[in-house]
Amino acid sequence: MDNAGAIRAKTRIIPIPEDEFEVLEDQLLPPVNEFKRFIRVFFARKIVIFGAALLGLMILTAILADVVAPYGPYAQDLKNVLAGPTGAHILGTDSLGRDLFSRIIHGTRVALLVGFFSVIVGASVGTVIGLIAGFSEGILQTLLMRATDAIMAIPSLVLSLLIVGALKNGIPAVVIAVAVSMFPGYIRMVNGQVLSVKQNDYIMAEKAMGASWGRIIFQHILPNCMSPIIVMMTMMMGTSIMAEAGMSFLGIGITPPIAAWGAMCYDGYKYLMTNPLLSIAPGFAIMLLVFSFNMVGDGLRDALDPRLRGTLSE
Amino acid sequence: MTTYVIRRVLHALVVVFIVSIIVFLLIRALPGDPIEMLVAQNASQEWTPEMVEELRRSKGLLDPVPVQYVKWFSQMARGDFGVSITHNYNIGDQIKDRAVVTLLIGLTAFLIGLVVGPLLGIISAIRRGKWVDNLVTVSANIGITAPQFWVAILLIFLFSMRLQILPIYGYTLPWVNLGQSIRQSILPVFVTALGPIASSARQTRSSVLEVLGEDYIRTAWAKGMNERKVLLKHILKNSLMPVVTLQGQMLRMIVGGSVVVERVFVIPGLGKFLVDAMLGRDYTVVQGSAVVMTIVVVLSSLIVDLLYGWIDPRIQYD
Repeated sequence: MDNAGAIRAKTRIIPIPEDEFEVLEDQLLPPVNEFKRFIRVFFARKIVIFGAALLGLMILTAILADVVAPYGPYAQDLKNVLAGPTGAHILGTDSLGRDLFSRIIHGTRVALLVGFFSVIVGASVGTVIGLIAGFSEGILQTLLMRATDAIMAIPSLVLSLLIVGALKNGIPAVVIAVAVSMFPGYIRMVNGQVLSVKQNDYIMAEKAMGASWGRIIFQHILPNCMSPIIVMMTMMMGTSIMAEAGMSFLGIGITPPIAAWGAMCYDGYKYLMTNPLLSIAPGFAIMLLVFSFNMVGDGLRDALDPRLRGTLSE
Repeated sequence: MTTYVIRRVLHALVVVFIVSIIVFLLIRALPGDPIEMLVAQNASQEWTPEMVEELRRSKGLLDPVPVQYVKWFSQMARGDFGVSITHNYNIGDQIKDRAVVTLLIGLTAFLIGLVVGPLLGIISAIRRGKWVDNLVTVSANIGITAPQFWVAILLIFLFSMRLQILPIYGYTLPWVNLGQSIRQSILPVFVTALGPIASSARQTRSSVLEVLGEDYIRTAWAKGMNERKVLLKHILKNSLMPVVTLQGQMLRMIVGGSVVVERVFVIPGLGKFLVDAMLGRDYTVVQGSAVVMTIVVVLSSLIVDLLYGWIDPRIQYD
């Protein structure tokens, strides 16, 4: 095939057949660097790179909202109420004369805050409940899993509305409401993982050697769950951002004047005929953010656990 | 088979029972007192503290919480959802009327999703990498990432305001005025169906692609089977399994989505009923409609499960 191979083959007394030579070369390769492989697979698809870049940009925007936004989220320009796009207000102003572009930028903060915290709460509490359900045999497990089924049966938006209602409005209530509606996914996955890992011989060996449950959980069960949990968390970021937007669109959860994208859409809806941007622009922002999370989630799934392809996306 | 069906039905009943407890307890925790709201609404009338107390007693709000729950649940099991705390109408009648509207829109959307989604998925998988595939994949991504209310607003802006070919809001039952009903249903049904279409298309695409790589498909081609037969008999039959399991979730998605869609299009269905009651702190109405919505979801996933066992004989009934 290549020159080097041919020359080397000639210099030896016994010529090595080409294919065998290749096998030798393969065996000489250094062990695969896991991190490098992860990076390579993750960035293999252009759309994932695009999503990751977009996500980075939006996170940066949220952090630097006060610097990037031309106006404050509540600053009113009463001379320019419901103004169309102009040099002073790139996307125009709303019915209270607030700059739409600035409010969308500040809305990124709210969306990411709710998304991030609800995913953290949902994943950690869900994982703990899943572990408890998996390890406790009998009545407790049945009870927990039936309750999980019940939570799964309630349409998630309805459940979130009920919880927010019970906890009063505000960002913490929305975080808890969204997190609870995400419990079942984690509970079921971790529970299943525990049940299957528990049956392995090495767990029996560990137990025979007197290993504690803590050791079994942290050494065997959690590492097995880590990849799907991470992928699920990324995917759930999009879901929870949508859930928050849906709730604030209905006027439940995050209340005015906080710049939440869903509420902005609803406010702008009244002026759809004259100022379509007021409701269309915030909705587009929601879509971009959800899209970027989904793409990053796709990339992570391919890089962390290709077997999961197609199983976690709804 | 019979024992499987019985077990599955019992399971569904247990789920409904737990849901009713969850919903009941969450509603109890709601802040704001419906009696105070009622008194405030009828401010023209003189209210003495004794009268308020008497009203509270007559609405059953002074009983201990477990007693209230048992009363409510046993009534509900008999199809009686009680009377609205704030407006004095029979909730059961309202729920019946509104469930019809929600189900009409939801089931139409579900059926459209059931047909169009897998169809798009199959076309996209077979024409992998061609423009059709790219179009389907991109649209399915948009269908999943765009919030329903936003798609609804865009469509209203385009079709109702700019082109003025469809009504902006409202709903008419098909047996009252069919033409009007269809015109008013097009946008809400499309918005509701978008999520299911997108999800089913994605799922079908990936499972068809998986089946296409199987040995038996190569064998089928190799023995000279005609294209239609390979497609229908081998590819379709084997790749639709995961799509069927997805349908239970689709109904949950549709019922949950009705809350938003009905509010945008001002449709008097269950979803709007729930949100209005929620904003008005009308306990009994929220309880009733949330439980009914959940029962719809539980029943539909029960049907899907039974169908699944029927379609895939490999499922063991144990």
